[in-house]
Amino acid sequence: MSLLRLQNLTKKFGGLTAVDDVSFDTYQGEIVGLIGPNGAGKTTVFNLITGNYKPNSGDIVFDGRSIAGMPTHTIVSLGIARTFQTIRLFQQLSVLENALAGCHCRMHSGIFGGMFHTPAQKREEREALELAMAELTFLGLDKQADLAANSLSYGNQRLLEIARALTTKPRLLILDEPAGGMNEQETAALVQLIRKIRERGITVLLIEHDMGLVMEVCEKLVVIEYGIKIAEGAPAEIKENPRVIEAYLGTQDDE
Amino acid sequence: MIGRIPKRFFVYGVLTALLVSAPLHLNNYWLDVLNNVGLYVILGLSLNLIVGHSGLFNLGHAAFYAMGAYTAAILNTLFHIPILMLIPASALTAGIFALIIVRPIIHLRGDYLCIVTIGVGEIVRIALINDIFGITGGANGIFGISRPILFGMKISKPDEFFWLIWIFVAITVFLFYRLEQSRFGRALNYLREDEVAAEGSGINTAYYKLAAFVLGAAWAGMAGTIYAAKMMTIAPESFNFWESVLMFTLIIMGGSGSIPGVILGAFLIIGLPELFREFKDARMLVFGIAMVAMMIFRTGGILPPRPRKYPIDHAQEGSVNP
Repeated sequence: MSLLRLQNLTKKFGGLTAVDDVSFDTYQGEIVGLIGPNGAGKTTVFNLITGNYKPNSGDIVFDGRSIAGMPTHTIVSLGIARTFQTIRLFQQLSVLENALAGCHCRMHSGIFGGMFHTPAQKREEREALELAMAELTFLGLDKQADLAANSLSYGNQRLLEIARALTTKPRLLILDEPAGGMNEQETAALVQLIRKIRERGITVLLIEHDMGLVMEVCEKLVVIEYGIKIAEGAPAEIKENPRVIEAYLGTQDDE
Repeated sequence: MIGRIPKRFFVYGVLTALLVSAPLHLNNYWLDVLNNVGLYVILGLSLNLIVGHSGLFNLGHAAFYAMGAYTAAILNTLFHIPILMLIPASALTAGIFALIIVRPIIHLRGDYLCIVTIGVGEIVRIALINDIFGITGGANGIFGISRPILFGMKISKPDEFFWLIWIFVAITVFLFYRLEQSRFGRALNYLREDEVAAEGSGINTAYYKLAAFVLGAAWAGMAGTIYAAKMMTIAPESFNFWESVLMFTLIIMGGSGSIPGVILGAFLIIGLPELFREFKDARMLVFGIAMVAMMIFRTGGILPPRPRKYPIDHAQEGSVNP
């Protein structure tokens, strides 16, 4: 059974059909890349999966359960975490607190626990702190834990977004252009990182424009153009697919 | 060892000692000023949850303050329930009122929310003037609220109110400080920083916005009860738009999201004008100039919030800098 199944997913913005009848499956432990030219509807697909948008028709099934139309925080608590295309960190807060944000949905204490610091609240807080520090260490950001998020370099801010997603203990991690703004070294490290995340048993779905990264790290690619899925398969097949080449480079007649 | 304790704690200690010894060397007039400051500290801290921590503009906080004061006044004058026992009832009424009012408008952002809260404040004030349900006494308000009795002791003089109010302030500061240092406090800050990212990190933003409003309103309701007990008579004009503005201003000026900042703000906005009574008319002018200067030179307020501290291991950094 697939971990995430998109069934005939359609999203319209007024007269524009941003995502048109898209279906694909993501299986447990895969690294899947969603690619396509600019404006093809990739981020819209992500926003549909994470509940930022509600689909006009079609269904999204995660782990056997339909999640279409659920609020985002519920979807996160079910095990889908994401990063954003444009970095959306809590800029004024510390790196550690950004990572702690992800722990939130696995914690339970409320106003009373917060005011009186009950034993359960203290234990939970300690565990969250340990998890957040462990994830920051995993991404090599532990030494910067006390710094404000906006003082990190661009590449590290992207990593911190991943750390915040990982502290939600996801089963599926959705990365929206994780290599955006990274230099070559950072991108190479990112490839290793994505593999390490998969080794932890987390399925990865990513959008990326850096074809080198996509071809290297993904086992399966889904290609979208004008909101329509035009191809799906292994990177090697996709590279040879005439429709994909046409979408990216245009046909000879166009020249 | 002393080097480990930040200097500001000595300052806080000295200031607290000065405050606690105030009844010994201040006359009743100045104690009453301090009591007013204390009330605004409570109100400021309750509004700080909404404005400072969650970043939700609320210029109608006086409505919740009024709900608490009127609940206490009505139940006390009609049924002769001791006023301090009505504190939970006032908190509940103000909290439920906030829940009902804010639930439909919680998705509004920034200035839109701000305008609606101004409207709510005005609706409450005008409803009170119009003697709604025939129980609010119209423009004259409610008279004859009984004095609070605590442990068999009647509280009536300013120095007695001083202890009632400032102990309530101390409890509020303690509880709100703990709340800041918890999952709840962090969630409010995530909300303020980036709502979409907060929701995307698994935080139920609608719930936390509502919780901030309800808790802030409930606390303002409790402050309203103390106000009613202190004044013995309340009227709609005590809860006008200007009151909401004062609470808002003292937060922005003192330090949005910072407990010491709000306390300082209350002293500056409520206490300072008493020192310069002769220039009372110039108060608006001075506030205006001060706010403009703040927005240019110190946008976070005079005492902006300090980052939270977490018990994490700094072994590696320590080895670099022994």
